[in-house]
Amino acid sequence: MKTMDHQADVRFLQDEEGELLVVSSGSWRVAALKMVVPILERQTRNIRNQSLRWDVSRISSIDSAGIVLFKHYLDQLQAQGCKVEVVGASPAQQKLYRMVTSYISASPEIRGSPQSRLLRPFNRLGELAMAFLRDINAFLSFVGENFVVLMLLLLQPWKFRYRAIVRNIQDAGVGALPIVTLTSFLIGVVIAYQGAVQLQKFGANIFVVDMIAISVTRELAPLITAIVVAGRTGSSYTAQIGVMKITQEIDAMRIMGFEPHRFLVLPRVIAVMIALPLMIFFADIIGILGGMLVANFHLNISFTEFIHRLQNVLEVKHVWIGIAKGPFFAWLIAMSGCFRGFQVSRNTESIGRYTTISVVNAIFLVIACDALFSVLLTELGI
Amino acid sequence: MNPVILVSDVVTRFGDNLVHDGISLKVQKGEIYGLLGGSGSGKSTLLREMIMLQRPQAGEISVLGHDLMSLGRKEAAWLQRQWGVLFQAGALYSSLTVAENIGIKLKEYAHLPKNILGEIVRMKIRMVGLPDYAAELYPAELSGGMIKRASLARALAMDPGLLFLDEPTSGLDPIGAEAFDKLILELREMLDLTVVMVTHDLDSIWTIVDRLAVLGDRKVIAEGSLEEVMRQPHPIVKQFFHGERGRIRSQHGK
Repeated sequence: MKTMDHQADVRFLQDEEGELLVVSSGSWRVAALKMVVPILERQTRNIRNQSLRWDVSRISSIDSAGIVLFKHYLDQLQAQGCKVEVVGASPAQQKLYRMVTSYISASPEIRGSPQSRLLRPFNRLGELAMAFLRDINAFLSFVGENFVVLMLLLLQPWKFRYRAIVRNIQDAGVGALPIVTLTSFLIGVVIAYQGAVQLQKFGANIFVVDMIAISVTRELAPLITAIVVAGRTGSSYTAQIGVMKITQEIDAMRIMGFEPHRFLVLPRVIAVMIALPLMIFFADIIGILGGMLVANFHLNISFTEFIHRLQNVLEVKHVWIGIAKGPFFAWLIAMSGCFRGFQVSRNTESIGRYTTISVVNAIFLVIACDALFSVLLTELGI
Repeated sequence: MNPVILVSDVVTRFGDNLVHDGISLKVQKGEIYGLLGGSGSGKSTLLREMIMLQRPQAGEISVLGHDLMSLGRKEAAWLQRQWGVLFQAGALYSSLTVAENIGIKLKEYAHLPKNILGEIVRMKIRMVGLPDYAAELYPAELSGGMIKRASLARALAMDPGLLFLDEPTSGLDPIGAEAFDKLILELREMLDLTVVMVTHDLDSIWTIVDRLAVLGDRKVIAEGSLEEVMRQPHPIVKQFFHGERGRIRSQHGK
């Protein structure tokens, strides 16, 4: 057996009687065909209503791809009114030719009427809109099912999976503390720095305390913590439940009467709803600490001065408002994470897709919810 | 004539676990060769070694006259184009349609115009007995039997002379398994294939395998045609062919 195949070749010649002769040679195996395609394409286009002979005796070996190529151009020549006589085919080649043509001779089944190019964008838009509506519908029924299970559980509170709730608090809350510490500290530092530059111009250094205290507790700590949790916990919920769906664990749970909402969804949702407010309070402290350090080094506000000012300007309602957003954000994150997990279908690729979608959804919903809070609380004068 | 695959004195070890201890066998051109053995006897490992997914610790494997243990990059690339592999679970790329799965190797290596590529893919789909509409489906939308057929079509995409099958009929119902066996016989006839299959389907062994090797105790305990193997007195062979299921099967013959 040869290691490297020589390439396929084809020549178009005139013989002494003026008859056109096509001589093909070399290996007509799939990996060696690329040279002959342009030659055949160019030559066959201009031959009409002639009779020609196609000599295939010098083809050293041929496979089904070679046959398909040969037949394609043979058909084309015949369609252009040529009479083609194929000579020199070996019995093995004839056998392969008969086998291959039996599979390609039948015309392909018609699948759908071809769409006009102009209509395609509209069609796509319609499909997207319908998919969006179906998604909302599915999410609402997921929320409804979850609510029903929650109500039934409230009647029998001993059936809650307390152990799972505690474990999920450990994973989603305690496990996230390092990254929450780091991000909220940096947020405090950034706010203090940005404020310091502006406030120094007016000699109003001390107001940096107001700025840090209110912005961190009321808006930034809840938002940043929620985004970290969405990226860290929401995505892992989608992936966990998605894998359980693929391996049919969810089905196994259902047939044993283990309601997935009770065993998987509610423990996660409740755990995040408990953990997130606590983490927001933690982030408040760290964020203010970061700002305090910068105020000390950069604006010469001593720690005592800072804390004294803090007590005067930071009304406790700001802290409570920030913390109160926690359960709402947590519900959105955990619900969209679990919901997308249940949407994962049989192939592995969809886990990645739905994990991405769940994080994007969760972050968007958190920000939208925050905007709603801002408008509402401002209108209410709180 | 040189054998297509020659395995001699292969030793494979995973940590402390000795899987193969001096395995030797020969696969001749044009035959359907079965690798048999109980679970954990290392038949799938041996198959993986033949297709260069794994390297034995010692010994020699040569495929189509090339020694796999001392292979250049170019030779390895050439060799990979000479065989097709059907994995146990199909291993179709889940993000591609059946047609794309079959065409991907052709597209990468053959540089043919799109319409001819499409014709070749359609031919392969029909060759393995799939309906035309299967071309546009994704692997997740296929039944178990269709997945096997689609991955067989993918394995045959480049018209390889050598086909490796890892438990081709596992997970199929008896009717589907029989049809698949028949398909492999037909394809061997049409395409002059040499087939190496890992199997423990007694029906396949009786109906389509020409020669086989039984692995056990980390060695080849029997090699040859079915009659020759069944004459071996080794207890594993006895268990396999003269156990309850084997006895019932052998009463029916071919």
